[in-house]
Amino acid sequence: MSRYTSATDSDRAAMLEAIGAGSIDELFESIPPELRLDRDLELPDGLSETEAFDHLASLAARNADADSELCFLGAGMYDHYSPAIVDAIQSRSEFLTPYTPYQPEVSQGGLQAMFEFQTAISELTGLPVANASLYEGPSSVASAAYLALGATKGRRKIVISRGVHPHSRQTLGAYAEGFGAEVVEVGLKGGTTDLDALRDAVDEDTAAVIVQNPNFLGAIEDLDALGGPGREAGALNVAAVDPISLSILKPPGECGYDVALGEGQPLGGRLDFGGPSFGFFAADEKHIRRMPGRIAGETRDVDGRRGFVLALQTREQHIRREKATHNICTAQALNALGGIIYLSWLGKRGFTELGELLVRRTAYARQRLTAIDGVELLHDAPVVREFALTVDAPDGVPALLDRIADDGIAAGYPLAREYPEYEDGLLVALTERRSRADIDKLARSLERALHGSARDSERELEEVGS
Amino acid sequence: MTIFERSVDGRRAAQLPPSDVDETPIDELIPSGLLRSEPAELPEVSEPEIVRHYNRISRRNFDLDTGPYPLGSCTMKHNPRLNERVAALSGHARLHPAQDPKRAQGALELMWLLERSLSEICGLPHVSLQPSAGSHGELAGLLLTRAYHASRGEEHRTKVLTPDTAHGTNPATVTMAGFEVVKVATNEKGGVDMDDLRSKIDGDVACLMITNPNTLGLFDPNIAEITSLVREAGGTLYYDGANLNAIMGRSRPGDMGFDIVHVNLHKSFSQPHGGGGPGSGPIAVSDRIEPFLPVPRIVRTESSNGNGAGPSYDFAYDRPESIGKLRGFAGNFGVFVRSYAYITSLGGDGLTEASETAVLNSRYLHAKLAEGRAGKYLPIAFDEPAMHEFVLSGAEAKKQLGVRTLDLAKRLLDYGFHPPTVYFPLLVDEALMVEPTETEARESLDALAGAFDAILAEAEEDPGTLTEAPWTTPVRRLDEAAASRKPVVRQPKG
Repeated sequence: MSRYTSATDSDRAAMLEAIGAGSIDELFESIPPELRLDRDLELPDGLSETEAFDHLASLAARNADADSELCFLGAGMYDHYSPAIVDAIQSRSEFLTPYTPYQPEVSQGGLQAMFEFQTAISELTGLPVANASLYEGPSSVASAAYLALGATKGRRKIVISRGVHPHSRQTLGAYAEGFGAEVVEVGLKGGTTDLDALRDAVDEDTAAVIVQNPNFLGAIEDLDALGGPGREAGALNVAAVDPISLSILKPPGECGYDVALGEGQPLGGRLDFGGPSFGFFAADEKHIRRMPGRIAGETRDVDGRRGFVLALQTREQHIRREKATHNICTAQALNALGGIIYLSWLGKRGFTELGELLVRRTAYARQRLTAIDGVELLHDAPVVREFALTVDAPDGVPALLDRIADDGIAAGYPLAREYPEYEDGLLVALTERRSRADIDKLARSLERALHGSARDSERELEEVGS
Repeated sequence: MTIFERSVDGRRAAQLPPSDVDETPIDELIPSGLLRSEPAELPEVSEPEIVRHYNRISRRNFDLDTGPYPLGSCTMKHNPRLNERVAALSGHARLHPAQDPKRAQGALELMWLLERSLSEICGLPHVSLQPSAGSHGELAGLLLTRAYHASRGEEHRTKVLTPDTAHGTNPATVTMAGFEVVKVATNEKGGVDMDDLRSKIDGDVACLMITNPNTLGLFDPNIAEITSLVREAGGTLYYDGANLNAIMGRSRPGDMGFDIVHVNLHKSFSQPHGGGGPGSGPIAVSDRIEPFLPVPRIVRTESSNGNGAGPSYDFAYDRPESIGKLRGFAGNFGVFVRSYAYITSLGGDGLTEASETAVLNSRYLHAKLAEGRAGKYLPIAFDEPAMHEFVLSGAEAKKQLGVRTLDLAKRLLDYGFHPPTVYFPLLVDEALMVEPTETEARESLDALAGAFDAILAEAEEDPGTLTEAPWTTPVRRLDEAAASRKPVVRQPKG
């Protein structure tokens, strides 16, 4: 008997008798004999809880996590501080162990949290309707393209900026191969989307124009300007946005965008080596019936009391099957709950203060790091908390990063992994957890790794600090 | 009240680190035209109020840790807390996905070990952990099918055969992947109608997508013939593994002839269900599908220098025939940790026992129900021995007692049970789909059967007790239609 089941030998015997079966084997008789596995699974024997814990802990110990080193990695996920109440509330069994709220009368807690989450996302994005989350950021981009194809019947082209996260572009590419759309990429100029090239790419066949703000290089895009060509051509404008940046940046809704979406991990989520997190998705009201994912809506019970239910289920696969507007059958409700708790914790003022702190520390970091000989800005566009550098490392950026890692610092993301045109590129991200002293430490380590000494940098530090 | 309605101007919970750099005005760093003019109207609440608010609303949720949740097709098995503990270790939870793989060897090894375990369980040689959910795995499977046929110059294959016992996501996925749904009928025994299948197989078939055991809880005895017919016609074979927990260690999709299987980690290998996610939908595939798998793939290199160093792991991206990516980074790693913890805790024998107990519990619960009034009013939809779940039809209860399946479900809430799945599968009138899972004890199954009997006795006396139920829940029956006619999906701006 495994520790997660309860049937003793005598239970088993009594239950088999109640069924009228002579043995457990008899329960599997509908499987044709030639398809039955006639051996044990070739897997290790089960472990006691303490052995299993030790095994998993030994694997965890071989990872350099953001507690064991100073993390300046971003590229879509960020080491923001998640307040203790997020864990505490998420781990309550009432939130941790229920399923999809198919029976709303006993799921009011989860449904209300979804409703609150939707409200917060509407506030952030400036768009009137939001769903209760999708898988994560990049697949939400592909979902927006799918929505746009449906909303602009007959159009088949998706125009996307090269500033959009490479994972999103690759995911869109794979999805589009399925639903038969042509994807056209528009390049960057000076770190931001090339508006002239965008204008040339958009035409009457364009269903959606997709940009990201701030883009993958950290640069803040001019959403107003980039929305022009799409609007004129009757295409949907879609903005992938960093939710933390919406504390200070103009929301896509105010710039007339039809859809805003993004990766929710920065909102109090774990890094979790890339997942699970959640994707948020907001749109103009006219797209609500085409919007993927779950939506909680307000209603009344028979006694007139306010309550919440899953709204607009008629869009969904369990009713409309092949006519459904999407195949998604889930919401990342637990992680989205973390998102609304996090945003409530920050609150209206704290959210703005966080954005401002990031902008100022990032300005300091850009100044501090570019004071090092051989380190320059890859672009000088304004940024929020992530920025791109070029580093003149004689043996290449990866080797440089290895040397910095010896100091216990993950200095950033080598851009050449995804952008061959930026061979010397390094993407550095900050959060409120990276203090000025941490930035100085990074600068000293980078300088040592480049030049074998941090003396120049120390001098610069005094100048910048004065 | 919502958290927004609790907002009081000036209250706050967060205290941020002090500014340790120049307090330059923001519009000197970012042009004002790019800045937000008004702050987002987030709630202004103190920490104690946040904690109390969410604790208060949490009590308005039914959860698996409190009572049985026999939600057919969803597999609500116990959520071991060890899994939560190991997933929360900072080496896992605080590992950045862009970390250099050289410094994430434990994570890559865990993923590799999980891949190997799923490969053995599914009987297929290759695994990708990337898809985020079962339905995402389905989409992956069809995109792989498209790439496979394209590589052979057979783009004309556009049809996907989907039995009407399929999960609702299957036909939706087929459409989303740009294929055409061709339905296959169900025979009188609840399996695929072989004549109908034969009549629909031709050179345009891209794939057969089947759930087995199907949504009636039945293992299709013709499965080997079905797979060979489709294979001979040049199609790929997709196995919706949502019900894998019925056969783990007893039978393997790969051995049945399938090319692609998705596994719902949250169903078969235990996860917190968190209100419907997060899950994960890895796929296991045959050799002919492998070249097209999404990137990155995990590769293991044995140490070759002979000094006793262990193997090393890396992500491989250079895969020219790959369909690309289906999501950010490498998948729902936190879910992998929990499922891997479950698999190592149970081992091969334990997984097999889990399936056996799931089927035993299901068959036992059905037998207990049949002994009572449910036997009369809620007969099993297809009189075949079901596996880990079974489907009852409430058509008789509706006719004889004037109560619908929905009424029964609502009354079960008053008895402290989460109801089974209702109105699914669609091919059963007034369907009620029951899945107790292996983690329910016999006493709990007896209590559930007893509740059904008591409720049907009430219906015999006074159907109004059911049709007006629930009576004791935080809110009573809710008007779902109104919420869709004129949807209110956010707190109105106040």
